[in-house]
Amino acid sequence: MSNVIDSLRYDALRGDLPDFNIGDTIRVAVRIKEGGKERLQAFEGAVIGQQGTGREKTITVRKLSSGIAVERIFPLESPNVANIQVVKRGRVRRAKLYYLRDKSGRKARIREARRK
Amino acid sequence: MIGLIGKKLGMTRRFDDEGRSVPVTVIQAGPCVVTQVKTAQHDGYNAVQVGFGAKKAKNTPLPMQGHFRKAGCDPLRTLCEYRLDAKPEFALGQTVGLDVFEGAEKVDVTGTTRGRGFSGRIRRHGQQRGPAAHGSKNVRESGGTGMHEEPGRVLPGHPMPGQYGNKQETKKNLKIVAIDKERNLLLVRGSVPGHRNGIVFIRRSR
Repeated sequence: MSNVIDSLRYDALRGDLPDFNIGDTIRVAVRIKEGGKERLQAFEGAVIGQQGTGREKTITVRKLSSGIAVERIFPLESPNVANIQVVKRGRVRRAKLYYLRDKSGRKARIREARRK
Repeated sequence: MIGLIGKKLGMTRRFDDEGRSVPVTVIQAGPCVVTQVKTAQHDGYNAVQVGFGAKKAKNTPLPMQGHFRKAGCDPLRTLCEYRLDAKPEFALGQTVGLDVFEGAEKVDVTGTTRGRGFSGRIRRHGQQRGPAAHGSKNVRESGGTGMHEEPGRVLPGHPMPGQYGNKQETKKNLKIVAIDKERNLLLVRGSVPGHRNGIVFIRRSR
């Protein structure tokens, strides 16, 4: 019976998002509705973790906005996530980069991947 | 109005037109078989008894086997009766599915909550624990239960430790998110009492 739940969780997922990993810097285009109009807003930052699978998958993106760190969680299957671009590949050794929260400046950098 | 018996399969998420995430519970609702039709003439009131879930004949008492034979179906695990105002228009052995919720927007779901055994006040009633430091020894104790000589008794309904869960509960007015008649799936918004694969009774909300 669990395959029924699996089919609801994994069937007909969007396949248009690029492959990216934890530590990559990505640019997420978010659909925003304002006064009946719709526009795209970009949110560019490092992927510091992913949660869930299939339709329930979310990623946490962290960026510095005028010196203040902002973290945003995106449900990847949400129609409000219009598209994702990979800006930079990062080289990290953790699945969750929560340690970045306690670091600042040069310590909070992610090494860039050599080659992909 | 007749309802259905179903099985809670689990939860997942959906997105609505606005792109908002909607938590949904997936229920396998039916197909149920009409096992008995009661009429005012014959039984004193109008009702339909439906059954759900297969059961082995060897685990079914003989009187029940006879009951199912009358309806012309295999032994079923769960039976439930729905009272009707008018004379029921159902035939013995007829299969009923999600069609009964045609046009319905909300349903009530009854299930048995997950059993937590004998639980203390903290888990059962969401109360605070006592201080852990400075030699305190009432970390998870119940604390006071009332006043002194007046009234000299514990007031009724006072939160105390005891059996928590494994009790029938109904969640009302759950919005129907989607109906899949082919696979007999009912998706309702929010959670539903009970563990996965638990039996639930679904009724149209009043």
